Amino acid sequence: MDTDKPVIEQPNGGSSEQRRYWLDDSRNVNKIVYALYAICALLVAADWFYHKHIHFDCESWFGFFGFFGFVAYVGLVLTAKLLRRVLMRREDYYD
Amino acid sequence: MIEQLPPGLLMIVGALFVPLFRGRWQQLWMLLLPIASGLCLIHQSALAEPVFGIDFEFFTYQLLPVRIDRLSLVWGHIFHIAAFLSVIFSLHVKDPVQNVMALAYAGAAVGGVFAGDLITLFVYWELTAITSVFLVWAGRTERSYRAGMRYLIIQVGSGVVLLAGIILLVANGGSLIFDNLLDRDNLSGLAKTLFFIAFGIKAAFPLLHNWLQDAYPEATPTGAVWLSAFTTKMAIYALARGFAGAECLIWIGAAMTVFPIFYAVIENDLRRVLAYSLNNQLGFMVVGIGIGTDLSLNGTASHAFAHILYKGLLFMSMGAVLMRTGTAKGSELGGLYKSMPWTATFCIIGAASISAFPFFSGFVTKSLIMKAAADEHYFVVWLVLLFASAGVLHHSGIKIPFCTFFAHDSGKRVKEAPLHMLIAMGITAALCILIGIYPQPLYAILPFEMEYTVSDAYSRTHVITQYQLLIWAALAFTWLKRTGIEPPEQRSVNLDTDWFYRKLSPIVVESLSSTISQLSVATLNFAQSQLDHFLSLVRKLYGPKGVFARTWSTGDTVIWAAIMLGTYLLFYYQIVARLQLP
Repeated sequence: MDTDKPVIEQPNGGSSEQRRYWLDDSRNVNKIVYALYAICALLVAADWFYHKHIHFDCESWFGFFGFFGFVAYVGLVLTAKLLRRVLMRREDYYD
Repeated sequence: MIEQLPPGLLMIVGALFVPLFRGRWQQLWMLLLPIASGLCLIHQSALAEPVFGIDFEFFTYQLLPVRIDRLSLVWGHIFHIAAFLSVIFSLHVKDPVQNVMALAYAGAAVGGVFAGDLITLFVYWELTAITSVFLVWAGRTERSYRAGMRYLIIQVGSGVVLLAGIILLVANGGSLIFDNLLDRDNLSGLAKTLFFIAFGIKAAFPLLHNWLQDAYPEATPTGAVWLSAFTTKMAIYALARGFAGAECLIWIGAAMTVFPIFYAVIENDLRRVLAYSLNNQLGFMVVGIGIGTDLSLNGTASHAFAHILYKGLLFMSMGAVLMRTGTAKGSELGGLYKSMPWTATFCIIGAASISAFPFFSGFVTKSLIMKAAADEHYFVVWLVLLFASAGVLHHSGIKIPFCTFFAHDSGKRVKEAPLHMLIAMGITAALCILIGIYPQPLYAILPFEMEYTVSDAYSRTHVITQYQLLIWAALAFTWLKRTGIEPPEQRSVNLDTDWFYRKLSPIVVESLSSTISQLSVATLNFAQSQLDHFLSLVRKLYGPKGVFARTWSTGDTVIWAAIMLGTYLLFYYQIVARLQLP
């Protein structure tokens, strides 16, 4: 397929395919990551400023949902990584 | 006339006429069918509150082929919307088989949710199986053919189990009207179990689930969009109708929300990731059915409504990518936002909706189920659902858009998706956002009265805690990615329950048949050797030089005859003497 061919680099670099996007610069990616850190900090800090309506005691813990989200996510990925050792097979396993 | 028309029938019959049209007229006809069918339904639903039905007697059985009430209407409306959007998305498809079957499939699913009795339900139940398999086969490869066969066997099998349940029900003299099956006194435990399993197969309960992840990714780019909407949600409706309040469903549903996400994390085929994620979302709906309160059942209905849209949107975006690049594998994709910016945008909207970010559709529907679980004090279930919510962010919220459109640049430069696909995705994305920011109309059509309002969904606590959960989970992704702990996408398959019928059972059958053939060969050999042995003995005795072939002298013969007669006399005397003595 034509579209699968890698883009051939033009000597003058003038091809529209070579256009550099904002995200191609790793400094910009870093900016996004720092923004994410800031938002995370703000969201947890928000817990000081409002009254939580809760059903279960643990919900009232400071930053419970943030902490839970982080731990759940990391736990999920690490467990799945272990599962790969047991479950993963070559792509043509069933062929 | 229109009042008597069973919903869905218009699409099923209309689908048969699709091959009569060509080009634009065919497209127009296909677009008109869901619209006309939907308008009929709106007309019928306006007629009677709360229930509108058409019943008749068939032999001695009371049937109710059409029942329109608030519960079935939620599914009826969204099925029509999904059919219309799927038609737009697949306008380029010229294959008449796909076009006919896709519309008939949608019609059958609509008919299924408005079936008021179990026999009608059974007919539509099987019709969805038979029509939808053509969307898998339409790939026209050996691989899709085999996947389609596996899918068909399991789907039709579910119908057979349903039929067995119906037969038991009729044998016990029970009513065929499809209402809550839990409360029935004259329904045996076995019949209940059969209904439960039949619904459970189509709803992809844990361990009965794998047909979903097996078949959907093998369907055509457009076929998967159709498939994602109907079959499983019809099963969710059947569970909500028949088994609302069955407590075991809470635990089954909780398990369903959790275990597919582990698979979704390590799966490489992104449409299979979506199939696992579909399974996880069904889990939330099943929990809602199990809790069985008005709020939780409303949660299930609204979540099914929102889910069909965002899941369809995600399948559309992956279908567009598959069509343009020829692959939907995470390991082969990346950087596509440069060449497919619109598809990327719509995909992100779908991802945000399924992750339940505030102001997107999943947020206002999933919260009903979470609230119901908390209200009924199911703490463990609530924690499991919270865990699953963070998990959804991983595979659907981040992995799907990130692997396809960002990550490392795969160097693929393709054309943006065609206009009709962008229109379909655009409308669906708009609906996802609209439901998120203005859920009142959706809340208004839910089947039961509830005190929960939009201001509860958008309470300060709910919005902030939801952002905390999701953004901190995104932080975890960033940390894992930057430290290299996040497992990379790899060309691979992962073992699931399909291993039992794709790998184990062929091995068992093969080894059994080889054992049997070895045994039969050994038995034959043994019999042959015994026969040879016997024949050689006979030959030895009766052959030309055998004992019995010798010519004996007269004297020998006389002696043998005398011995025989003497022995006979001895026995005779013994017997006669005994008989005559007193």
